[in-house]
Amino acid sequence: MAEVRLENVCKHYDKVVAVDNFNLSIQDKEFVVLVGPSGCGKTTTLRMIAGLETITSGRIFIGDRLINDLPAKERNIAMVFQNYALYPHMTVRDNIAFSLEMRKRPKEEIEQRVREAADILGIEHLLDRKPKQLSGGQRQRVAVGRAIVRKPEVFLFDEPLSNLDAKLRVQTRLELKKLHERLATTAVYVTHDQVEAMTMGDRIVVMKDGLIQQVGSPMELYNTPANRFVAGFIGSPAMNFFEAELAGGTDGLCLQSGEVRLDLLPEQCRRLERYGRKRILVGIRPEDFRPCERHEQGQTISGEVEVVEPVGNETYVNFRAGELNLIAAVGRKTIVQAHTRMVLQPAMEHLHLFDIDSGKSISK
Amino acid sequence: MESESIYDRPPGMRQRFSRALENPTVLGLLFVAPAELLLLVFLAYPFVLGIWLGFTDTIVGRQGHYIGWQNYIDLVNDTQFWLTAFNTFFYTVIAVILKAVLGIGLAVVLNRDFKAKGLVRAIVLLPWIIPTALSALCFWWLYDATFSGISWALVRLGIIDHYINFLGDPWNARWSLIAANVWRGVPFFTIGLLAGLQTISPDLYEAADIDGAGSWKKFRRITLPLLTPLLTVVTVFSTIWTFADFQLVWIITKGGPAGATHIFGTLSYERAMQGGHFGMGAAISNFMLPVLVICVLIAFMFLKKED
Ligand SMILES: Nc1ncnc2c1ncn2[C@@H]1O[C@H](COP(=O)(O)OP(=O)(O)OP(=O)(O)O)[C@@H](O)[C@H]1O
Ligand SMILES: [Mg+2]
Repeated sequence: MAEVRLENVCKHYDKVVAVDNFNLSIQDKEFVVLVGPSGCGKTTTLRMIAGLETITSGRIFIGDRLINDLPAKERNIAMVFQNYALYPHMTVRDNIAFSLEMRKRPKEEIEQRVREAADILGIEHLLDRKPKQLSGGQRQRVAVGRAIVRKPEVFLFDEPLSNLDAKLRVQTRLELKKLHERLATTAVYVTHDQVEAMTMGDRIVVMKDGLIQQVGSPMELYNTPANRFVAGFIGSPAMNFFEAELAGGTDGLCLQSGEVRLDLLPEQCRRLERYGRKRILVGIRPEDFRPCERHEQGQTISGEVEVVEPVGNETYVNFRAGELNLIAAVGRKTIVQAHTRMVLQPAMEHLHLFDIDSGKSISK
Repeated sequence: MESESIYDRPPGMRQRFSRALENPTVLGLLFVAPAELLLLVFLAYPFVLGIWLGFTDTIVGRQGHYIGWQNYIDLVNDTQFWLTAFNTFFYTVIAVILKAVLGIGLAVVLNRDFKAKGLVRAIVLLPWIIPTALSALCFWWLYDATFSGISWALVRLGIIDHYINFLGDPWNARWSLIAANVWRGVPFFTIGLLAGLQTISPDLYEAADIDGAGSWKKFRRITLPLLTPLLTVVTVFSTIWTFADFQLVWIITKGGPAGATHIFGTLSYERAMQGGHFGMGAAISNFMLPVLVICVLIAFMFLKKED
């Protein structure tokens, strides 16, 4: 049983606030992903859990133990480093066995557990090699092997896949996920790649400038982002944003931005009446556009196609409607030509609405 | 067709030369030629001359004659020579071990992050920068029977009640020389190893922290193995210099008291330059050769392995 609890955790480096008032409760066996842009404090948070960084204020618990002042080696955690940090002068076997040796386990037990870990990861044939003689993917496995051999209470991963090529990354992330299911150990995983976060996490913590922006399951973050930052960070291509004026429409309210006009659904009208302000930020995901035959003011957007980017399974269409530059993802069967006019209908029920100043969601 | 292109002509001098330059071996030899020439004149010539002199009875002001192994036979029957051999090995082994241990320790300490790190590192280098003759003179004063600063301080602190006879007693003199040599030689180890320590990724220590290794284990299992190649090279160099030392011993004890602290370098100098027996002096120096050759071979092997 190992749940990890962070209470009001802060980390300051002189004047820099790396992590600000971090609160999170990670359940036993849960796979939590910390995601966010570079410098948002992901690594710092992970290192505080690991015991490699002191905690400026706040408390961290593993299980019922307060671990603030516990040295790394007594926290019963294992960590996979971004550049693996394998001991270059030791064989793979010795690398994996090192932590057990330090804990003075008997020889036979070490041998057996190293074998077991190597078997799980399919690296038995590499046991006598030095790290220098391994490929990037193999090194990554050894680093994972070094972590799992200990059977720790918590796994910590700091961007373990960022040194692999795109294809291997996809494959390895699947393997890590399977491994997690098999070992059923609490895991905290840091990445800056939102796809990795979405595919691997039971829950995702989105961070920015040391602050938690939102915590939720992958689909929660996708469907109901708490603010503009999360909305823009999750999903690829990124959500379209534009500012719009609220105006009286045919019946109820509509959004007006230049020549673009969209009638709001009754429920949205009610919420915006309560909200009261006249200008809001609108977000539409590229995949929520549907191509149409005919333009109908209030329902569709008509614009000129500027660039077409086919990626195979779908096609990204960059188009311009008056002042607005928008991107839409349409099915691969839709034939789109650059420099032609195109009519798109947004799925109004999936529209995201934000306060212009705070960026907070007002959709719900 | 009678037309003759330039490619069919037999290559001229110039073309042959430029083609030869394309060959890396030829070009390489050409590049090192000036350095080789210098080495030949200033190292190889005296070296060969030294070996030749060892087989002659040359004394100052007289052309010598070839006398075969006579010098060496005389030396083997000379108790002063055997004492000198013992001194040289004792001095080298003890001093190098002390320098290595202190050098590693100091390097590890200086590798930590602390204020004024650069300044302290520069200070550590001082003993090595000061001309040996100068520091030897200082030690000579410190070891002086009546003016010794060390004795004075120890008496003042109440640790001893009369001055230590540093250089008058054979064993005191040997240890005093070793102390001076260690003081002078530690910076070489420290700075060399510090450079090596800085190439070790801090991640490794963090990984070891998490793996449960304490300070000593981290040193034994990570620092030391990763530093071994460099340590070997540094040790070999230091061994060569210590073994062939001259200045420190000559200035502080002149081989005394009564020849008890002679090492090969000083004995050779005394016999050749002061006694005028060039042949004998050269023969003594030549005894150093096998040891130095072995050291150089070890260094060479390690450097090669590192490639
Ligand atoms: N040792 C340090 N001294 C001063 N500031 C630091 C230190 N380590 C990190 N920071 C700062 O703390 C903030 C968070 O850094 P952190 O390494 O946690 O970011 P990250 O989210 O892991 O970014 P990345 O995706 O680039 O790895 C950054 O602004 C960084 O500059
Ligand atoms: Mg990071």
